[in-house]
Amino acid sequence: MKNGLKEIFTGFNSLVTGMRITIGQFFKPSVTTQYPHETLPIPARFRGHIELVLDPETGKAKCYACKLCERACPSDCILVDGAKLEGAKKKSVTEYRLDFTKCSLCGSCVEACRDGAIRFSRDYNLAGFSKEEFIMDLFAKLEAEAQAAGAPPAAPDAPGKPEPAAPAPTQPPPPAAAAPKPEPPKMEPAKVDAP
Amino acid sequence: MTNLLHILLAEPFRLALALLLIMSFVGVNAAYLVWVERKGAGRFQRRPGPTEVGYAGLLQPVVDAFKLLSKQLILPTGVDATLFRAAPLLVMAPALIGLAVVPFSEKLLGRDINVGLLLIFALGSINVMAIMLGGWSSRNKYAIISAARVVSQNVAYEIPTLLVVITMIMVTGSMDLNEIVRQQAGGFWRWNLFRWDVNPLAPATFLIFYICMLAETNRAPFDMAEAESELVAGAYTEYSGMGFGVFFMAEYTNILLGCSVATVLFLGGWQSPVGILPGLFWFLAKMYFLIFSVIWVRWTFPRTQFYGLLNLSWKILIPVSLLTLILTGAMLKIFSV
Repeated sequence: MKNGLKEIFTGFNSLVTGMRITIGQFFKPSVTTQYPHETLPIPARFRGHIELVLDPETGKAKCYACKLCERACPSDCILVDGAKLEGAKKKSVTEYRLDFTKCSLCGSCVEACRDGAIRFSRDYNLAGFSKEEFIMDLFAKLEAEAQAAGAPPAAPDAPGKPEPAAPAPTQPPPPAAAAPKPEPPKMEPAKVDAP
Repeated sequence: MTNLLHILLAEPFRLALALLLIMSFVGVNAAYLVWVERKGAGRFQRRPGPTEVGYAGLLQPVVDAFKLLSKQLILPTGVDATLFRAAPLLVMAPALIGLAVVPFSEKLLGRDINVGLLLIFALGSINVMAIMLGGWSSRNKYAIISAARVVSQNVAYEIPTLLVVITMIMVTGSMDLNEIVRQQAGGFWRWNLFRWDVNPLAPATFLIFYICMLAETNRAPFDMAEAESELVAGAYTEYSGMGFGVFFMAEYTNILLGCSVATVLFLGGWQSPVGILPGLFWFLAKMYFLIFSVIWVRWTFPRTQFYGLLNLSWKILIPVSLLTLILTGAMLKIFSV
């Protein structure tokens, strides 16, 4: 009898404690980020697919087709081609193709690159209807980017001065030539990882 | 002569109007209690709940209703067609009839009869039968397990409920809901919840009634009958479209009815605790507070195990409610002869 009563009271007490905790949670603010309407800031070292870096001085790709990244890639998903243009000291890249279907985002290419000519993009909205959409022509993408940034020469795409990661893009990104999905990616200056 | 005219002409219209009002109230209420439930569940888990359809998801119930209405009513092979079709109606009807005698305010009630409480609890047991019928006629193993659970659960919880109700009838001396409310006039200390003088265990009585109401309406933590993680949807597994919708509406209507009865019996019904604002407001405020607490309980406690459920009833609730019955009888005999 005594034990039974004690059990009833401790049991009831624990129920009341539970109710108190839940009502406490009820009045605290919601922690959900309503994704399509609001986004979390992308971490500075976010690893998207790679992209070519624009040289702010020349308005062309920094890459000079040394093919180190191609060789470093364990999945064999990078194809680089370059040609020596007239009057140029170095070769310049003419083709840069990334087969993202095979890429495992290991980042060996970015590590291998000596001049910081490739970096991780901040594009995470990747969705498509066919496999071909993920074989990305990064060179064409860069050209389009350079064109969009063309009017003001040194666009905020300068890789030398990385801006802090912000949730919203600073400008509407140009529709990339090989963009794999309808909504253009968020193209922000990414912080280039130290080699 | 005027009396006869009144009975022949005015009364049928009044009843039809009352029925219409109750049915529309129940429909809107069930639809929006689902919204409140989902919003409440969201808030308890610190997420926003439905937000997309209309402002704060307020049009969600409308969309849901259209979805349910536009779905086909599937009759699976091998079901007992008559019982299968009748079960949702049998769940809904008692709750609707029960609401006809609930006094929403002193004047606002469908039918002022002197055995309202009896009517509600007599019809309330049909509800269990109907869920059992639905489960039984579905020809589905989950539905049958659920039907068996519903019966044993409700047999277990009907007893303390009725013992508590008998105690309250002894305290108030009436089965007329409006009369019970009228007795509780004059501030909240006159509510039956605080009638220590005749029932020393009055708050415990209320608690027992509340727990039994949760069990009888098959609400969490006593939702053994539905138990979606073990029994798919329990007795409702084979139902589609509005057949399922009516079961759902009936669940919320039963909660509404249970909370209304609790308000009338213990919380002074339409009586204002401070003497301002109309009775209807106070009735709805008390009732919706109780409904909110039902949601609150649901999102606080996990589902009990079946023997835990029966233990609670047979080992705690029934002895305690018997004790209150005897105590109340003794108090009445000794002090108010």
